[in-house]
Amino acid sequence: MIDKKITLPLVTLLCVLSLWELVTRFSGWSSNVFPGPIAVLTSMEELIVNGKLLKNTVASLFRVSIGFSLAVVLGIPIGIILGRMEIAKLLFNPLVQFLRPISPLAWIPLAMLWFGIGDPPAIFLIFLASFFPMVVSTSVAVESIRPTFFQVAANFNFTRYEVLTKIVIPAITPQVITALRMTIAIAWLVVVAAEMIAVQSGLGYLILDSRNALRMDYVMVGMIAIGVIGLFLDFIMRELGNIESTAWGRLTK
Amino acid sequence: MSHIQIQNLNKHYVDQRRLPRSEEDIRSERTIQVLDDINLEFQDGEMVCILGPSGCGKSTMLRMIAGFEHPSSGQVLINNEVVTKPRADSIFVFQHSGLLPWMTVWENVELGLRHLTDLEKKNKTIREYIEMVDLGRFGNHFPHQLSGGMLRRAELARALAVNPDTLIMDEPFSGLDFLTHMKVREEVVNMHEFIKKTTLVVTHDIDDALIMGDRVIVMSGRPSHVKLEHKLDFGRPRDLGSNPELRALRDEIFFMLGVSYAI
Repeated sequence: MIDKKITLPLVTLLCVLSLWELVTRFSGWSSNVFPGPIAVLTSMEELIVNGKLLKNTVASLFRVSIGFSLAVVLGIPIGIILGRMEIAKLLFNPLVQFLRPISPLAWIPLAMLWFGIGDPPAIFLIFLASFFPMVVSTSVAVESIRPTFFQVAANFNFTRYEVLTKIVIPAITPQVITALRMTIAIAWLVVVAAEMIAVQSGLGYLILDSRNALRMDYVMVGMIAIGVIGLFLDFIMRELGNIESTAWGRLTK
Repeated sequence: MSHIQIQNLNKHYVDQRRLPRSEEDIRSERTIQVLDDINLEFQDGEMVCILGPSGCGKSTMLRMIAGFEHPSSGQVLINNEVVTKPRADSIFVFQHSGLLPWMTVWENVELGLRHLTDLEKKNKTIREYIEMVDLGRFGNHFPHQLSGGMLRRAELARALAVNPDTLIMDEPFSGLDFLTHMKVREEVVNMHEFIKKTTLVVTHDIDDALIMGDRVIVMSGRPSHVKLEHKLDFGRPRDLGSNPELRALRDEIFFMLGVSYAI
């Protein structure tokens, strides 16, 4: 018997593709406005062969990796400090909570002014989009560590360093992995928007440029590529969550 | 070796939920007196069971003996030294598992021995204690892979591995099914017969207290004070059914805790 975990999603995919094809045939829209799946697949092949799709995908992934990594490397330690130190929390939490709801897209004018054109403003926007969710989820994770664990640490005379490495970091890991998964999705959303304004490459640029050329088939190719890579990024992050020592976070509570 | 004295111990909490309306409120309503002038003494090697209605502050008292909480006034002395913070020679066994869930049983037991430089000796000790509680095959298991009874035993192994002077157990059998409860209780009794550590056990189960304790202490509801102290000079294992003296004491304690017809 074929695994229904594979067959059922394929059934959905086929249905969507058929519906898409039907709509393009009978809606009366010209194929320039609403290209069908076959036209889009042909264009996709074209963009793959001439290397445009790969080049733009790599450009987008590059920006996301840099901006996202910076946000993770800075956001997790800052989140831990906010979660552990009352004073740090009182000082900086209002600022974080104030900046957090401002959409990264609102920063576009300033980002372009400060960083010019090219990768830096896009990376800056991705950083902003990922940094605050990482800080907030990390500090919430730290605050929700069961007090029992700190009492165990005190009972066994842990040093501050041991509390950090043996209690805090392992205790927040499951929640931080979930946060990474959510945040990379946000970063991937933002990169497309950022590339529509400040740069000459990337999947966002591909979509914008194709729109200007009235090539809706290319626009759809760009969208499909974004979706597929989004799936792939989520898959990587989910695999990260399968590390054995974090299994307790999925099974208990 | 540990000799514990509790002197004029008081504890009150401030009720955070209520807003004070006047000075009077601040003094009377907002502070909740939990422990009211407790004086107790625990001899070296003694196993003392502490009973009381739920919420009476018996766990709070244990946490103060362990150094996790500070008294509002009065003090706890261990070997004539005032307890101000947790110490590695009195190990607390938590009501709900205090094992670190991201570490295996082995790593958990290793916590108290992590400073040992003699690796061979360290591994031998860890293995010994894990085998002592019958978890020999489960060293590599994580806590979430163990049953309730196994969790308690693993935590016991971790506590005993550091060879503490005092064991402080907060409701060690709560949440276990009946048979597991019996088995773990038996193990604690055997362990105590064997190593004679000063052991303080808070429980809500009167039978547990009568079967295990060298002494039983009954505390009243809030503000809690000592209502009864009774020495239990009986050999173990004990049978509550056939011992009229224990039977009478059991009825008395039930009555004291507000139950008129004990089954």
